[in-house]
Amino acid sequence: MTVESYEITRAKPSKSSAKEPSGAKPLRRINPTRIMLYSVLLVAAVYYLLPLYVMMMTSLKGLPEIRLGNIFAPPMEVTFAPWAKAWDTACTGLYCEGLKVGFWNSVRITIPSVIMSITIASVNGYALSNWKFKGSEVFFTILIFGSFIPYQVMLYPLVIVTRELGIFGSLQGVIFIHTIFGMPILTLLFRNYFAALPEELFKAARVDGAGFWGIFLKVLVPMSAPIFVVAVILQVTGIWNDFLFGVIFAGVKNFPMTVQLNNIVNTTQGVKEYNVNMAATLLTGAVPLAVYFFSGRFFVRGVAAGAVKG
Amino acid sequence: MSIAKRPNPLFRNLNAKIAALPMIATTLVVFLGCSIWTVIYSFSKSRALPVNEFVGFAQYERLFRTSRWLISLENIVIYGVLSLLISFVIGFILAALIDQKIRFEDTFRTIYLYPFALSFIVTGIVWQWILNPSLGIQETVRSWGFENFTFDLIANRGTVLYALLIAGIWQGTGFVMVLMLAGIRGVDREIWNAARIDGIPVWKTYLFVIVPMMRGVMVTTLVIVAAGIVKLYDLVVAMTQGGPGIASEVPAKYVYDFMFARANVGQALAASTVMLTTVLIILIPWVYLEYGKKKAQR
Amino acid sequence: MNSISIRDLSLKFGEATVLDQLNLDVAEGEFLVLLGASGCGKSTLLNCIAGLLDLSEGQIIINGTNVTWAEPKDRGIGMVFQSYALYPQMTVRGNLTFGLKNAKVPREDIEHRVNRAAQMLQIEPLLNRKPGQLSGGQRQRVAIGRALVRDVDVFLFDEPLSNLDAKLRAELRVELKRLHQKLRNTMIYVTHDQVEAMTLADRIAIMRDGVIQQLADPFTIYNQPVNKYVASFIGSPAMNFLDGAYGIDEQPSFTSNNLDIALGRYNFKTRAEDNRPIYLGIRPEHVHVGNAAQEQPFNSDISVEVVEPMGSDTLVWTSLDNQPFHFRMDGQATVNVGDRLPIGFDPVKASLFDKTSELRL
Ligand SMILES: Nc1ncnc2c1ncn2[C@@H]1O[C@H](COP(=O)(O)OP(=O)(O)O)[C@@H](O)[C@H]1O
Ligand SMILES: [Mg+2]
Repeated sequence: MTVESYEITRAKPSKSSAKEPSGAKPLRRINPTRIMLYSVLLVAAVYYLLPLYVMMMTSLKGLPEIRLGNIFAPPMEVTFAPWAKAWDTACTGLYCEGLKVGFWNSVRITIPSVIMSITIASVNGYALSNWKFKGSEVFFTILIFGSFIPYQVMLYPLVIVTRELGIFGSLQGVIFIHTIFGMPILTLLFRNYFAALPEELFKAARVDGAGFWGIFLKVLVPMSAPIFVVAVILQVTGIWNDFLFGVIFAGVKNFPMTVQLNNIVNTTQGVKEYNVNMAATLLTGAVPLAVYFFSGRFFVRGVAAGAVKG
Repeated sequence: MSIAKRPNPLFRNLNAKIAALPMIATTLVVFLGCSIWTVIYSFSKSRALPVNEFVGFAQYERLFRTSRWLISLENIVIYGVLSLLISFVIGFILAALIDQKIRFEDTFRTIYLYPFALSFIVTGIVWQWILNPSLGIQETVRSWGFENFTFDLIANRGTVLYALLIAGIWQGTGFVMVLMLAGIRGVDREIWNAARIDGIPVWKTYLFVIVPMMRGVMVTTLVIVAAGIVKLYDLVVAMTQGGPGIASEVPAKYVYDFMFARANVGQALAASTVMLTTVLIILIPWVYLEYGKKKAQR
Repeated sequence: MNSISIRDLSLKFGEATVLDQLNLDVAEGEFLVLLGASGCGKSTLLNCIAGLLDLSEGQIIINGTNVTWAEPKDRGIGMVFQSYALYPQMTVRGNLTFGLKNAKVPREDIEHRVNRAAQMLQIEPLLNRKPGQLSGGQRQRVAIGRALVRDVDVFLFDEPLSNLDAKLRAELRVELKRLHQKLRNTMIYVTHDQVEAMTLADRIAIMRDGVIQQLADPFTIYNQPVNKYVASFIGSPAMNFLDGAYGIDEQPSFTSNNLDIALGRYNFKTRAEDNRPIYLGIRPEHVHVGNAAQEQPFNSDISVEVVEPMGSDTLVWTSLDNQPFHFRMDGQATVNVGDRLPIGFDPVKASLFDKTSELRL
């Protein structure tokens, strides 16, 4: 299978020529074609940026102003009250404690899940690339195929499994599930990265008497910072954005931010407070967006490598 | 001369095997075990809880008599085909445009890709608001003086799917674009020189030279995006909750609702088995192609 | 005592047999070079000795201990790789001490060994640098140092000089030889470069498709190759091969269309029957030109086709009895295309090979 075809995992020390734009040479002078080109790109950019803009504007308006019905207009009177309410007092079902509860739940879910899943997957990837044993490739292939199976297929048995383990509806439960479903893509990521490292390095370390863990911890991990960064980005955004596993396995008390956001917006009775909804939405999107904007290149690499996750 | 006996292969590199145990357990218990369990119990009479009473295809017969399931299927097919088509076309065009040695390439790419970093829940809620017929775009444009302007996709049974599509495309095209851009740039630069010398227009070169050479990237992207579409759930929950009525239901939601809200496990399992089958139908030809190709290369 | 003995070693990668029933003994203190074209299984053999690959069959004994299934670290070997394989995040000192720390060598001892190795390889000023800050030659010195500090009896080198440019390669080659003369360790050195092999080796093992073709000292390999493959592999420019038949009318001779070369004092290994198709191989440097040619048992006139001046000597391409033939002349001689020259050689210096088995006669 083409596990290889999406291995865009190794940092290139320098920009290789293949990564340079390959299109026609740019013309120095402005000409109609160039103007067209930039126009199209700008229009597309507007389409992509519009929702962010609308969210921002709406969240800063008062409800009466929203009812005037111009979602594009900037607020005549800026108010941060919706943000405060979204964070502190908005009702997420039974409780009215705002999104902050969900935020901290998401933090408590994301951090251990990221650590667990990356720890296990990096060791897997290492074992699969450097210590192949009989059947290891078979397990890996099943693992990769597994990532294409719709989660719905495995949900019910997993509920039973976690219930038997006594972790259904708890933080441990949802962390367990994230670790499992993060495994295929992360293992692929690490396996390809380690496989691309020079094999002689591994051999040298064996001659030097380092064992399975010694080679991993003292030789490979210290030289693999980039791939760990990619993995962290991939997992932080993926787990933070998760809805399905949170709603099923975390338990009401531990609902992550996405679930609480959905509850605020889609299940509240009475007057719809669009400004609060938008503030809440922005708050929920803030963490992955921050990760995205600060990590830039690494996110793109994660996306390309994380392609399997779909 | 002393002869050293071959040690038991089971214990050779034991550490590696122990380290791989979580993976082995996951593949065996979760990806194989759980899937097989689901398939088996989809033939049972289970309702609120799984039971060991097997009833053949009864659950499936019922499933395919349920209008909500049929609508879900129809929706996912329409959504899937359109979403694939549109995101591939737009994704490729954007990639080709970005490939034109433009200024601010990174800025444009960042803008096109950021929605992909967001949760489907966030995407769904934003677009629910923008497409809101009474206060969203429709009302805004009307307030500009176009009194008869109508843009209420989300409120109509017949068009709600296109509302989902707008949001889905918004979120997913950037990803397709990034993969396409990688594909375009993976093509040998010499091709461009050759095409220029032959006097082939740029757009023709993209369409008839570059695209065929990107087969690998295309197929991989297709499989990944398609497998993602089958899982479509969060977006619907956040944006339309399946409504109006049941007009925007999708299979993944059907499974969830029957499993957890309506306590009809048998139906949920049958529905998820159908989903699994669909994915296998997408996946197997791809694997076959790739494997076949690898074998032929040897 | 033999330092290394390899008995009936076979290695398969899946279906493909890379090494088949291989036997090899290396004497203590010997510098053995494994020479062969790339892909013939040299590295595989070396990795088997190092314990980095599990054998399919066979036994490996190092210094009297059967180490067939021992871990690499327990075999008393040090190894140097083509790509240097230095740990990039550690300093040079860190690289040198990594193995010693793993082996829990006492601190003073480590200090002592590192200093000695660093001095021997002149890398003392580099000890606190990272490999990324070193030149290729310096990196390879560090890699050699890493094997040196292990204080082992056997050194394994896998094409250690192949990544260096020609000048550095020549320098380090001499240095390696010096090192061996000083340390007198057993060394097994893999290369595809015949100059390295000839200059460094006590004995050379020439490999082809996982089989050792000939194991002998460089002199024997050069003068008495056991088969046509070895003959053509060693020597640059390559040996001439004339296609013909063996004859014993009055005395043994080589005949082709218009040639009849009396083999005179040629030292036969085996007798061949009359009319057997054979090759006569003669090295370009064993062909005499001009007046000297007249004194040779065999001589002939040829016409010059192509001239390749190389400075120290000049290579002349021609044909002998319509078969391609080339030879070496003094670099100072002036020859032009079309010149007719007398050439000659002594069949004693030639090698005869059976045409079907390609074995030496
Ligand atoms: N890990 C491996 N799996 C399969 N085949 C291999 C492997 N390593 C080497 N080979 C094959 O074994 C043969 C010998 O390789 P090698 O020992 O590296 O050659 P050399 O060092 O002489 O160039 C080659 O044909 C190579 O393709
Ligand atoms: Mg080699």
